[in-house]
Amino acid sequence: MSVKVRIPTPLRGLTKGQGEVEGQGSSINELIENLEKSFGGLRDRLCDETGTVRRFINIYVNEEDIRFLQGTSTPLKPGDLVSIVPAIAGG
Amino acid sequence: MAKVKGLKCRECKRPYPADPLHVCEFCFGPLEVDYDYEALRGTMTRKAIEAGPPSIWRYKALLPIEGEPAVGHHCGMTPLVKAKNLARALGVREVYAKNDTVNHPSFSFKDRVVAVAVTKALEFGFTVVACASTGNLANSVAAHAAEGGLQSFVFVPADLEQGKVLGTLIYDPTLVAVEGNYDEVNRLCSEIADKYRWAFVNINIRPYYAEGSKTFGYEVAEQLGWRAPQHIVVPAAGGSLVTKIWKGLKEFDRLGLLSGGCATRMHVAQAEGCGPIVTAIKENSEIIKPVKPKTIAKSLAIGNPADGYYAYKAVKESGGHGEHASDEEIVEGMKLLASTEGIFAETAGGVTVAAAKRLIEQGRIPKDESLVLCITGNGLKTQEAVAPALKVQLQIKPTLRSFDEAMASHGIDVTPRNAN
Repeated sequence: MSVKVRIPTPLRGLTKGQGEVEGQGSSINELIENLEKSFGGLRDRLCDETGTVRRFINIYVNEEDIRFLQGTSTPLKPGDLVSIVPAIAGG
Repeated sequence: MAKVKGLKCRECKRPYPADPLHVCEFCFGPLEVDYDYEALRGTMTRKAIEAGPPSIWRYKALLPIEGEPAVGHHCGMTPLVKAKNLARALGVREVYAKNDTVNHPSFSFKDRVVAVAVTKALEFGFTVVACASTGNLANSVAAHAAEGGLQSFVFVPADLEQGKVLGTLIYDPTLVAVEGNYDEVNRLCSEIADKYRWAFVNINIRPYYAEGSKTFGYEVAEQLGWRAPQHIVVPAAGGSLVTKIWKGLKEFDRLGLLSGGCATRMHVAQAEGCGPIVTAIKENSEIIKPVKPKTIAKSLAIGNPADGYYAYKAVKESGGHGEHASDEEIVEGMKLLASTEGIFAETAGGVTVAAAKRLIEQGRIPKDESLVLCITGNGLKTQEAVAPALKVQLQIKPTLRSFDEAMASHGIDVTPRNAN
């Protein structure tokens, strides 16, 4: 279950500067757990103390916001592209 | 110039230097400019402000630039119109329209934020400015980049109104129409911003950019004779404007500039087809659920509002509320403002008028309290939205007879509208 994960600039300190990494997992939850094993500290940056994805982080699976899918239970299949994107203002 | 101490995370309060940064590396909270209010207390007086230029720069001490403004010297100090006819139509005592349809140079409140952002981008030494936009920001970034001698890249949803496309292209930026909605444009831009070292006004320059919106609130208070109104209705897309107007009023209060303190209730107006902030307000839930926008109010069509949470907080903290407006009500709102006050606002103005009407009908805005409507953009930019609902012109031959016949055949009454 290998997926590609896009890492935003503020988290690249944890991924040795890599903007894209390989991840494993059949859901977003599993992916976050597995990313934590490879890049210690990542989980706490993505999730608050209750394990919920932080308010100002958007996670997308193949261009779709996971809040329109099944949240962190959203299933993943091999080759999926997961993007982690900070919230952005505008108008 | 020690007034800016640096940036600070709004959530975890971690300090950051005043650099082109926008999110906290630890909790992803937005970074905000941190001022030395104690130092400002003695210098930021009514007298000092009144002696300043007739533009947003009279509030320069509360804006995050180090030197002199580089662009947008004529931005702001737009009319606060006492809207007597509209007040009568809405059945309330005192209504004002803060009229940014005539803001300089690009006819929307976005000139306030962009004048600050582009000045800041020049201070940082950037040579390219960029933005993701629903239209008004596009116009303003392209215009100010031209004035500042910067190259500009502007990213918009491909289905934008023609007026907004043309009103951007004329300044000769690189305009990129993205086949997707604004939230998709924004997401793309976050990746582009990671790759190119540009000043993205709504991304890496956001903490500075957003401060410009405070001037909308400052001006309302100053123009009311250094008083905060009892109610303000603000249209919301990303939720930044309402947040910053509220911040601006509180800053004025903190600096002792307001007579009677700040007891303003902040109300948010959104379209039914894209109203995630208002939905959260109505449901008393601080979780803003993103939506897929479907509304004629394209300038407000942000389904995933970055500042939605703070907009919600401003409303709840101030004791305000929120209302939606249907597409039909939006058009009616635009027509009502135009036909009562002679102000042609874009669709967002229609949303504001329509939402205010609902809030008045519900008693949330009492009939004897003062109300300011934030009219943020010019109607000539969104002609498509209102065109089908307007009367057709009379076409006649150049004779008096032809004119009289046309009047008769259309049943036009010559009694003046206000003669009663």
